[in-house]
Amino acid sequence: MKAIVHVMLKDGVLDPQGEAVRHALTALGFDGVEGVRQGKVIEIDLAAGESPEAAEERVTRMCDKLLANTVIESYRVEIA
Amino acid sequence: MRAAVVTFPGSNCDRDLALALERSGFEVVRVWHKDTALPAGIDLVGLPGGFSFGDYLRCGAIAANSPICREVVRFAEGGGHVLGICNGFQILLETGLLPGALMRNSNLKFICKTVTLRVETALSPFTTLLGEGATLDIPVAHHDGNYQASPELIRDLDSEARVAFRYGDPLNGSAGDIAGILSQNRRVLGMMPHPERASEAATGSSAGAAIFDGIASAFASA
Repeated sequence: MKAIVHVMLKDGVLDPQGEAVRHALTALGFDGVEGVRQGKVIEIDLAAGESPEAAEERVTRMCDKLLANTVIESYRVEIA
Repeated sequence: MRAAVVTFPGSNCDRDLALALERSGFEVVRVWHKDTALPAGIDLVGLPGGFSFGDYLRCGAIAANSPICREVVRFAEGGGHVLGICNGFQILLETGLLPGALMRNSNLKFICKTVTLRVETALSPFTTLLGEGATLDIPVAHHDGNYQASPELIRDLDSEARVAFRYGDPLNGSAGDIAGILSQNRRVLGMMPHPERASEAATGSSAGAAIFDGIASAFASA
């Protein structure tokens, strides 16, 4: 089983890296790029034998403990 | 007076911090991140600058979950004094001992230069010898020093006089130009600038030595 964690800066938190990417895209001639937010994706391989619900609960705890800084970041867990 | 200085894989200011503390009269014990206990009779823990665990995931995030940091948190929660500089500040935020977060500098550049700091409160062992309103020139060297927190938290830090230092001029996008903050009990200080790199005239400046002398004087008079 695989868990995919998406970590993004919370809405309203200034994302200077996303802003730099936006500028670069505009400089390359891509019109209409109104905003870019940069985050990260973390893939976790989990041993078999756990229910998807239990896995989601456990990965959520991983997010709160380490994978995301919930002061500035939000996360979303997908079990695949 | 005894201080422990923690070394993580990737710390690079640990030796400078130990030397600066020794110069101010501390006996310094070096501690490794995998240690599961702090040495007995410690008055102060120093978390040094550097790039612990290669800044992987987020600066300070992995170090904050290391075995020694569990003990550092326990030490601080029991009223112990902790000084986190640069990466050490990032680690303190990741442990939750200090509030808020440090983000990428707003200009996206690694900033390495001497800046002027303003002392915002004398009410801490770290700033007692400097005095409110004093200025000191100290180097910064960081990529992620842009301090951010909710407006409510910034207001609380201001009203409780927990901002220890501000940059004299806007530097990295930090809210309110905050360069260092104190815990509620004023015994934990996190700061981005490097006083340990300015604690001996031979290396260019000794402006930072007053911070270490201040901690020493607090213990000497306790």
